[in-house]
Amino acid sequence: MARVVVVTSGKGGVGKTTTSAAFGAGLARAGHRTVVVDFDVGLRNLDLIMGCERRVVYDFVNVIHGEANLNQALIRDKRVENLAILPASQTRDKDALTQEGVEKVLEGLAEDFDYIVCDSPAGIERGAHLAMYYADDALVVTNPEVSSVRDSDRVLGLLSSKTRRAERGEDPVKEHLIVTRYSPSRVGKGEMLSVEDVCEILSINLLGVIPESTAVLNASNAGMPVILDEKSDAGQAYSDTVARFLGEERDHRFLTDKKGLFSKLFGG
Amino acid sequence: MGFLDYFRSERRASASVAKERLQVIVARERSGRGGPDYLPALQNEILEVIQRYTSVDDDAVKIQVERDGDCEVLEVNVTLPADH
Ligand SMILES: Nc1ncnc2c1ncn2[C@@H]1O[C@H](COP(=O)(O)OP(=O)(O)OP(=O)(O)O)[C@@H](O)[C@H]1O
Ligand SMILES: [Mg+2]
Repeated sequence: MARVVVVTSGKGGVGKTTTSAAFGAGLARAGHRTVVVDFDVGLRNLDLIMGCERRVVYDFVNVIHGEANLNQALIRDKRVENLAILPASQTRDKDALTQEGVEKVLEGLAEDFDYIVCDSPAGIERGAHLAMYYADDALVVTNPEVSSVRDSDRVLGLLSSKTRRAERGEDPVKEHLIVTRYSPSRVGKGEMLSVEDVCEILSINLLGVIPESTAVLNASNAGMPVILDEKSDAGQAYSDTVARFLGEERDHRFLTDKKGLFSKLFGG
Repeated sequence: MGFLDYFRSERRASASVAKERLQVIVARERSGRGGPDYLPALQNEILEVIQRYTSVDDDAVKIQVERDGDCEVLEVNVTLPADH
């Protein structure tokens, strides 16, 4: 059985697409057949972050409309075996995704993949709703900042009421917290909510903490999921996150400031 | 070190203020969740009526729908100030 994993947040710009690309690549690297699906209709970006923008011919909506089949629309990653992406449509028609259409596409993907990672658009409108509707797991991406945390809580409410699992009274969607853009030095100064604070407020299981990192911008410039930059802090943090998701125990490595002495002396 | 400590405690306040505010708003939003769509408006109007008679905090009214077998029970909790 394929597992559907939605990457969601409510608030925009918190790192959903970065996380979808990294997480998908991480699952594939671990040997799982993985497809990352861009649900951000009209604002396609996953293709850029994963470096396959020039190979997009057909998209999600073409498949729904029967203008292309899945195999024509899927783009196989050139670096990582077992990894594919299904790009979003650039149409301005917000109703281009239909519930039946999405269900049909996910069923088709489930035949060939072990994990279907759904990169949700921001907000709580149609696209975000459809991205989470069929989910088995949810990665709730949160920045340590008031509006992001509040929106995440809102999204948790939707996950427990507006998903197929909720409507059918099945086991609930498994919720995992990923705190991104975390800056231990600012937490140390009391300027930023700590991971403990965010966990306490949202009371869900913490899957990973991704530090604020220049490697993320570099990776997106290059069109490479940051997890493939194995030397980088963010890449390693995503690797740990994927490993935990797959059942391994890993310590959180990026919760403290490595700068050490200087910052200790000067209140950093 | 004295003046550094001063700045530190100033700064520490900002994250803890954020945490407190979040705890309040998240608790409030959760209590309205899952119920009918009119709950938040109902909650506000009940609050307004109460505030006409006595001064209570803006978060004094807690409202939620509980399911009890076949019945739905609307539970309204009003916290009055201590000097009453
Ligand atoms: N850990 C990080 N460190 C530094 N920058 C980051 C990190 N994670 C994400 N970013 C940056 O934040 C911005 C938004 O990231 P991303 O596009 O992944 O967010 P999103 O949630 O998908 O946005 P949208 O809601 O618009 O779809 C990007 O510029 C990205 O490079
Ligand atoms: Mg995005």
